[in-house]
Amino acid sequence: MQQHDIAWVRTDMTLAQPAPNSEVGILAWMRKNLFATRADMLLTVVAVIIAAWALPQILSWLFFNAVWVGTDRTACLTIEQGGQLPAGWSAACWPFVSNRFGYFMFGRYPLEERWRVILAGAIFVGLLVPLLIPRAPLKRANAILFFGIYPFIAFVLLVGGVFGLPYVETPLWGGLMVTLVLAYVGIVVSLPLGIVLALGRRSRMPTIKLLSVIFIETVRGVPLVTVLFMAAFMLPLFVPPGTTFDKLLRALIGVALFSSAYMAEVVRGGLQAMPKGQYEGADSLGLSYWQKTGLIIMPQALKLVIPGIVNSFIGLFKDTTLVLVISMFDLLGIVKQGISGDANWATPQTARTGYVFAAVIFWIFCFGMSRYSQYVERRLETGHGR
Amino acid sequence: MRKKSLAVAAGVASLALTASIASADTLSNIKSKGFLQCGVNVALAGFSASDDKGQWTGLDVDFCRAVAAAVFGDPSKVKFTGLTAKDRFTALQSGEIDVLSRNTTWTVSRDTSLGISFVGVMYYDGQGFMINARKLPDVKSVKQLSGAVICVAAGTTTELNLADYFKANKIDYTPVVFDTLEEATAAYNAGRCDAFTNDQSGLYAARLQTSSPKDYVVLPEIISKEPLGPAVRQGDAKWLNIVKWTYFALLDAEEAGINRSNVDEMKGSSNPDIKRILGTEAGTKIGTDLGLSNDWVVNIVKATGNYGEIFERNLGSGSPLNISRGVNALWTKGGIQYGVPIR
Repeated sequence: MQQHDIAWVRTDMTLAQPAPNSEVGILAWMRKNLFATRADMLLTVVAVIIAAWALPQILSWLFFNAVWVGTDRTACLTIEQGGQLPAGWSAACWPFVSNRFGYFMFGRYPLEERWRVILAGAIFVGLLVPLLIPRAPLKRANAILFFGIYPFIAFVLLVGGVFGLPYVETPLWGGLMVTLVLAYVGIVVSLPLGIVLALGRRSRMPTIKLLSVIFIETVRGVPLVTVLFMAAFMLPLFVPPGTTFDKLLRALIGVALFSSAYMAEVVRGGLQAMPKGQYEGADSLGLSYWQKTGLIIMPQALKLVIPGIVNSFIGLFKDTTLVLVISMFDLLGIVKQGISGDANWATPQTARTGYVFAAVIFWIFCFGMSRYSQYVERRLETGHGR
Repeated sequence: MRKKSLAVAAGVASLALTASIASADTLSNIKSKGFLQCGVNVALAGFSASDDKGQWTGLDVDFCRAVAAAVFGDPSKVKFTGLTAKDRFTALQSGEIDVLSRNTTWTVSRDTSLGISFVGVMYYDGQGFMINARKLPDVKSVKQLSGAVICVAAGTTTELNLADYFKANKIDYTPVVFDTLEEATAAYNAGRCDAFTNDQSGLYAARLQTSSPKDYVVLPEIISKEPLGPAVRQGDAKWLNIVKWTYFALLDAEEAGINRSNVDEMKGSSNPDIKRILGTEAGTKIGTDLGLSNDWVVNIVKATGNYGEIFERNLGSGSPLNISRGVNALWTKGGIQYGVPIR
């Protein structure tokens, strides 16, 4: 044992002590996060007051006072309006949604054929979920199935006309099903096409570059409504009479091309953010153009622009509501149709209930996409992020 | 502006097309494809709407079924295309639909410049005003609405009619203009305005969405004529006749007292008028001359009932709208619906 000059030196480690009470537990959390400064305190108090004022009203409108069962408008009318409910009642009229639920989901798709849509949806979920979970095996096979084979399965199931499945024409489609079909096709087509266009725009070959620039700038230069309107109504005037293009197909092409142009610019942003050294490094290894792009540049560039890509997807998902202007009924369109058209459900609460329902469905999908993209970003985070 | 230029473009394009389409025989086309394609409103209470199961219902919808019954003897052989105000004429011009039955106002410019022909007036509508009688108990006429705040939807003839009428009668008013009819209705319900103006049929629908329907009164004045009727493409007189006479048959059946429940026993009637209408007269050629079967009116009435039945079911006492027949009553009952004789 060594002798020390100073009075006392500790020679063994202190045992870890629990954090002081002021630093743990809910009180400490509140102090740190809610009441750290005077400004924080003020904001917290204001927020609590607003929540205390609004939440009970929202909850009672949505749940506690809401009507849940009924077969027509009289279920949601007060006595003076000709119904049963007490005067001054104001809350959600859920029977409007529950009675029409099938219609909101599938549109006019024949009742006895709806199992086909449900099956197509189930396969979609069955393929998508393992694709999204990084640990699930057989990624490559799964991806091929989802992007390559599934569109054909879905097409056969939904359209029919083969294998003894009756043909269901697309004007009968509607509701959430149309929203999802438009969004799926838009997303699956726009990403690869956008990558090709972005590469084309940065190409050294003048023709390819010019064509890409013209396409991107033309499509980005007009509103989606115009593209849809042209595709739906002007096109039939220019083709020989009698030739009919499916309207849904026209809308799909319009939406896919439109989102590709935006996607191309997002991807180009990622390509431009790549340091020159990456290109030069790849060149110095003797890689060909496609090897360089596929192995070095694109994986890094795409990773950089994940937020932008998902942003485009979410925008696309919501833009599908615009097909309403060409008399196709996505989820929002079909809800609106019930609100303004059906006298059997004309009550003061119908419109609010319908729009809240549509908003919640849209929010679920968009929020899901947003959360997943944040998860992917964190997983791929290799020092670019903060 | 954009709407206008689109309409012009559509008109120009349609001119080039009418030649090729007009020569086509619509009736044999329809027969060979096996169904009638009918353009209807996307959603307008009482005229064209979807029920909970997605089945089309409404006055305009039933007219399509009547035409299908006349052609095929089967009202289910019709497919509907929901159309917006913007795309309805293009759809008819391009041949996408065979009949446009979408609460469309019959005007001379539509008859001449759009390449379409109207066949009749299914519903005589007109712009009216609705007020809350509890708030304005003394108002019995639009002329008393001096200084009133009036809710109106923008960009429609409704707004123009409103300005014209109040100017002509030298009444002050403040218009509150909304982008869509829905917003205008919602604002009115929220109490933003003293009065709400729209086509009368729309006022009745809007009233159902107010918090106290009984307090709302539709004022008697009608300040514009909106004869709503079906239309077909120009250039096929035979098809025009079929659709036109389907409309008259609905009226004549009502006038003769033929309805859904008694049509079969009426076939045995000895009244010459009824015999002509139902095609039971010996050697009759009325139906076959139209290109239909001689029992075409029987098929129509069996399918949809006569005009009165269609009206009551969709707009009148059988519907929450509860609109009275008014000018849409038969001419024999004080209205102006007049069925040209079938003989």
